[in-house]
Amino acid sequence: MSGLTLTLKAPQTQRLDLAKVTPEKLKGMSEREIASLGVGVVRDPVLLGDVFNLRMGDVADIRISGATDKLDNIGRGMSGGAITVEGPVGAYAGCHLSGGKLVIRGNAGPWAGAGQSGGQIEITGNAGDSAGGALPGAATGMRGGVLLIRGASGAKTGDRMRRGLLIVDGRSGAYLGARMIAGTIIAMQGAGDYPGYLMGRGTIVINGPAGEFGPGFMDCGRQELTLMRLMAKQLSSLHSGLAQVLNAPVRRYAGDMAALGKGEILRIEA
Amino acid sequence: MSFNIFKKRVEPPPPTPPPPPPPHNSDGPGGIVRNGVRIDDTFAEAFGMTGTAVIITAHTQKWAMIAATTMTGFATSVIGCGCEAGIDRELSPDETPDGRPGVRALLFGFAPDGVEETIINRVGQCVLTCPGTACFSGLETAQRVKLGANLRYFGDGFQMSKVIGERRYWRIPVMEGEFLCEENTGVTGDAVGGGNLLIMGPTMAETLAATEIAVEAMKKVPDAIMPFPGGIVRSGSKVGSKYKSMRASTNDAYCPTLRGRVETALDPDIGSVQEIVIDGLTSEAVANAMREGLKALIKAGRSGGVYRIGAGNYGGQLGQHHYHLKDLLS
Repeated sequence: MSGLTLTLKAPQTQRLDLAKVTPEKLKGMSEREIASLGVGVVRDPVLLGDVFNLRMGDVADIRISGATDKLDNIGRGMSGGAITVEGPVGAYAGCHLSGGKLVIRGNAGPWAGAGQSGGQIEITGNAGDSAGGALPGAATGMRGGVLLIRGASGAKTGDRMRRGLLIVDGRSGAYLGARMIAGTIIAMQGAGDYPGYLMGRGTIVINGPAGEFGPGFMDCGRQELTLMRLMAKQLSSLHSGLAQVLNAPVRRYAGDMAALGKGEILRIEA
Repeated sequence: MSFNIFKKRVEPPPPTPPPPPPPHNSDGPGGIVRNGVRIDDTFAEAFGMTGTAVIITAHTQKWAMIAATTMTGFATSVIGCGCEAGIDRELSPDETPDGRPGVRALLFGFAPDGVEETIINRVGQCVLTCPGTACFSGLETAQRVKLGANLRYFGDGFQMSKVIGERRYWRIPVMEGEFLCEENTGVTGDAVGGGNLLIMGPTMAETLAATEIAVEAMKKVPDAIMPFPGGIVRSGSKVGSKYKSMRASTNDAYCPTLRGRVETALDPDIGSVQEIVIDGLTSEAVANAMREGLKALIKAGRSGGVYRIGAGNYGGQLGQHHYHLKDLLS
């Protein structure tokens, strides 16, 4: 049985909230019930069936085609199954995702994977600010799982991240891993200014050019860490290029001493 | 009356010649014979144990082996050493978590808490200290015993944890750089200790040479170790002693120098006995190791110094696992 397919009928002028479209929330619902789900965010009600063509199928495997950056909250809070999106998405994609797999074949707006606690999110394009970060007022950002951004990411990627793995294939913006509590971030093509700003614990691996470091980072010198070999091997199934990047000596910067100071930035040495 | 030491002794009658060699192969009432080797109709009696395993890696195979050898030293008998341990096998970089050459070591004890204490002590003293090494879980079971979870305190507050996938590792700063150790490793209550083979031959040298061949064959069996020196015990024991403080003492029935003095289990043609003791993570592993050992010993045959193969047991009343030699002949 193929999956449930939602195809956007036409470009939207207003934002749509797809938080209700997750495998666990659609489980047991008929096509009519799914079509009548409210997805509008303004006064005039908008039903899912109004804006999407539905092809009923297994709700554990949802496909959304013709997506635009007006679609917010895709995969928000999902705990299992799979959602695949063709096209860009708006804000909060995979926010608070705790299980399953969300694939976005396009760019994602801000707060993608914010508060993620499990599962896997893959964004083939770029991600906006605070990917894997903390929602305003939240104590922690990403708390588990894997967030894989194939493109670049905006500012404050992994802000207040507590656990999990965040990989950015492209360049990361400023304040990468700011206020990090723990976890691992790998920036494959450099990062902007002040990576690890006020981080307490955790690891930020940066390959390529990085902006200015905060004054709270202490240069520990060049290291050959077994940890890098372990990550190279254990994470190779997630990303084909990781092994080559990680199997290298690093320069370790311990910090941020302005906070707890038990974190580190590992810069890959050529 | 004086005693004249120069007085000519009355010579005892000449000893009866040893019995002629048995037929090459037979399964008659006299017992099983294979390639001229007499195989006792008996069984090895083994006990349920708790087993665990660790993978030790290093930047070279040499240093991984040094760490594993040290960690599994003085671990021949759980009664005398607190545990029984040995090297299961070498691992290629493809088989280890960090892609470096490694060694898998097994450790056995009576109960999980004892195994945990022992493995922590041994990894702490022999692997943490060994240049270039890292230590990982070598057994995937639901029940776990601590490794890095305790060893991390050596880092004096500078230790760091790293979770990769579902596993937690500890990074402990040391003078060399960093010691990486997985949080815990698996432990199983299905382990078996005390599988054994008794190899009997004409002389010490010939019997030992044949036993070494068997050990080499048995080393290839996964999940099993032979914890004694070189895999071989020359001093098998029996339960109890004439001395109250001794829980075990020499197996006099198999001591060739006591033949005639005690009720011996040795035939006239047997001049020396060696034993191979086997511990395994599963009963199947112990049986497989014994099977491979028997196969190698029979292949060596009588001409290779193996006259007879037996096994040690306690009448079948103490151990939960019985390995009948005739069942292992394949």
